[in-house]
Amino acid sequence: MSGALLDARLVVDRGAFRLDVPLRVAPGEVVALLGPNGAGKTTALRALAGLHPLTAGHVTLDAVDLDRPATRGWVPTERRPIGVVFQDYLLFPHLSALDNVAFGPRRHGVERRAARATAREWLTRVGLDAQAQRRPRQLSGGQAQRVALARALAVAPSLLLLDEPLAALDARTRLDTRAELHRHLSAHAGATVLVTHDPLDALALADRLVIVEGGRVVQEGDGPSVTARPRTDYVARLVGLNLYRGRADGHGVRISPDLTLTVADRLDGEAFVAFRPAAVALHPARPEGSARNTWAGTVVGVQRHGDNVRVQLDGPIGVAADVTPAAAAQLRLIPGQRVWVAVKATETHAYPATG
Amino acid sequence: MSARATRTAMAVVMALTVAGCGAGDDRATDGSGDGRVTGTVTVFAAASLTESFRRIGEDFEAANPGSAVTLNVAGSSALANQINQGAPADVFASAAPANMATVTEAGNADGTPATFARNQLVIAVPRGNPGGVTGLADLSRPGVKVARCADQVPCGAAARTALDTAGVALTPVTLEQDVRGALAKVKLGEVDAAVVYRSDVRAASADVTAVEFPESARAVNDYPIVALKDAPNPAGARAFVAYVRSEPAQAVLAEAGFQAP
Amino acid sequence: MRQVRDDTARERDDTARERRVTPRRRGRVPAALLIPAGLGLLFLVLPLVGLVIRVPWTTLPQRLTEPGALTALRLSVQTATLATALCLLLGVPLAWVLARVEFPGRRLVRALVTVPLVLPPVVGGVALLLVFGRRGLLGGWLDATFGITLPFTTAGVMLAESFVAMPFLVIAVEGALRAADHRYEEAAATLGASRWTAFTHVTLPLVAPGLAAGAVLCWARALGEFGATITFAGNYPGRTQTMPLAVYLALETDLESAIVLSLVLLVVSVGILVALRDRWMSSA
Repeated sequence: MSGALLDARLVVDRGAFRLDVPLRVAPGEVVALLGPNGAGKTTALRALAGLHPLTAGHVTLDAVDLDRPATRGWVPTERRPIGVVFQDYLLFPHLSALDNVAFGPRRHGVERRAARATAREWLTRVGLDAQAQRRPRQLSGGQAQRVALARALAVAPSLLLLDEPLAALDARTRLDTRAELHRHLSAHAGATVLVTHDPLDALALADRLVIVEGGRVVQEGDGPSVTARPRTDYVARLVGLNLYRGRADGHGVRISPDLTLTVADRLDGEAFVAFRPAAVALHPARPEGSARNTWAGTVVGVQRHGDNVRVQLDGPIGVAADVTPAAAAQLRLIPGQRVWVAVKATETHAYPATG
Repeated sequence: MSARATRTAMAVVMALTVAGCGAGDDRATDGSGDGRVTGTVTVFAAASLTESFRRIGEDFEAANPGSAVTLNVAGSSALANQINQGAPADVFASAAPANMATVTEAGNADGTPATFARNQLVIAVPRGNPGGVTGLADLSRPGVKVARCADQVPCGAAARTALDTAGVALTPVTLEQDVRGALAKVKLGEVDAAVVYRSDVRAASADVTAVEFPESARAVNDYPIVALKDAPNPAGARAFVAYVRSEPAQAVLAEAGFQAP
Repeated sequence: MRQVRDDTARERDDTARERRVTPRRRGRVPAALLIPAGLGLLFLVLPLVGLVIRVPWTTLPQRLTEPGALTALRLSVQTATLATALCLLLGVPLAWVLARVEFPGRRLVRALVTVPLVLPPVVGGVALLLVFGRRGLLGGWLDATFGITLPFTTAGVMLAESFVAMPFLVIAVEGALRAADHRYEEAAATLGASRWTAFTHVTLPLVAPGLAAGAVLCWARALGEFGATITFAGNYPGRTQTMPLAVYLALETDLESAIVLSLVLLVVSVGILVALRDRWMSSA
């Protein structure tokens, strides 16, 4: 990736916690930093914005070092060509929507009338022309989010940073806003880094996902590859897959001393095996037939999951199974109940754990 | 800041903050009966009498075993107001006949006030006399900063009379609320001179010296004293008034810079 | 009296507006709060009633038009306003530093700022003389270098009032700054605002209500200032005699005159405060 607009290695020490995340983003590319709470995503974003200095590493944007402790290179936040959309937007409460958006251009030396014209243009673009004179507290959550986006984009930033841009919205608003946000991010010519703990947001908005856990990058790739081949429990849970790591020998992957899963793929060495909860079948007695992967498990939890019922089971390996409500009733699934678990080899997906 | 300036400042602070506090109230029985005075005698005295009346009070207690003198020291007008509002005082010693009149006209005096001391004006100058003040006429020289009391308080009225009779047109930098305020400014060297009473300079520290001027004879201030009608201790009140006019008390007052009536 | 009615009318409007937010009826006010609250109010208001009762209404007009009274009133309002301006100029940055900048000894500095609150004002006046007096630490130098003398001048009055009133402003503004979300300043920085621009364009508007409250307290304290003023600036009509000084001296001779002067001071200050409050509240 030689054409990167943003080239960074974000190293920040904060007490016992160390963030160390390499990040390269091409012009027009949207990268999502995805990870659980406390993974260091927001710290990474603040380091990119210059709100938190790096301990080591560098932030280079368009061949200019914004932060490089080794050479004492430092550009303060206000002189970085960036735009930030904060999680709770931080719209200035004393200014109208229009003046919030015009604030950036004004600070960049644009004369008042021209700045207002730019702001109005951006508000029109996000569909809020009619709300230009409203104060932030008179705007709905979705409107505020769009004003925040317009405010960040009005300075034509080389690097657009978004911190949990949809987290503050209710489910319905979120759906509409996500689609619209996607449109604006696609149109943005600069680099975009977006921080979220919601895989759906990440998948919908980003060209590439960087999964961060405990301050490190644990997986990286485009949406389909990450969802198809999760490499940590966190990612597996995010994309709703059962994930196991073991040692492969042809079509068998040894997960634990007393369980080897038969898989469709053929491989050797350290490997992951993933399958969907819907691919797991439960039986009151040991099933006959083609399913080679069967073992006895104990029900530990039962929850509604969409139209189905998700069953958490203990046994040689923990597993999540999705069954229909009818099947659940027939099996009398209550915690403590013992059932037989079966997974067809053709429903599994195995891939190397290394590389 | 020199050590002396610091010491002066502390003295000023203490004088200013302590003034006005004082009157405790541990009244015992009143001294009724056979001419022997017992119990507490509460004396409301003008601020300029503070030091001398403290000594006179101790002497009075020594002469009348079983008696105790409580002093309430403040500006004469404030004291007069307090008395007219029903403050439980036995004796009122005023720094000016006008404030005494406030009390007598309200019918709160027991008998006729008697003048027990007189006070004469002097010019107080800071140590070293930086303004080179030798008489009243020097006060109107340009560049000489002068403080005097406001016309509303006795020392100010007296100063004004003296200046008017001497034909000295004077623009002071400040018209102080009382003598102590004027003296404080002399002590700190903020003014070159202040027109105050001789007794006040005598009571002040060595930072202030007095320059006498002949015109002061025209503006001598009388100090009247009277026992009060509603005195909780009438016998004590009469005895104290008599004692203040006696030989030993007059000697104390003379030492403090007051003149005999 | 009319003001009181206006207030209740406005409150009624406010409750009408709030009603959709809090539709349920609040319970009765507990007596344990209501009784001390009423006593507290009485305690504050009764002395004022005492003052008003003693006002000599028949001679009021002629006493009001006495030139001395109006001069002292004008001087009081002028110096209190200038003192408030000086406090804003120096106190707001001080409050900002205390609220936003980490430095060793910050707690000590914060304690020092409140010293004028506990210092008897007369002592404050002496302290000012020791610094700005002609034999003071800076006074001699100021006089020799710039020809500036502060004691016994109107500027001295302003200085004395600022000294006792500034802590009120600093404390109020620092509290407002601490309560304000400093991430707004970060948001301003990401939009290209320097720290100074963020302060003037974002922080100040955000803390405007606290700033207004602090300025009002500061102004009121400056208006009523007595001890530090008479000690540092002395008392001379038209130059340094503010209303409280005039009241005090009037007490020496004429209680009624003092009452009238107090009443004037009271009416003017309350009037100005109410007028300003309405303006600030409506814009906030």
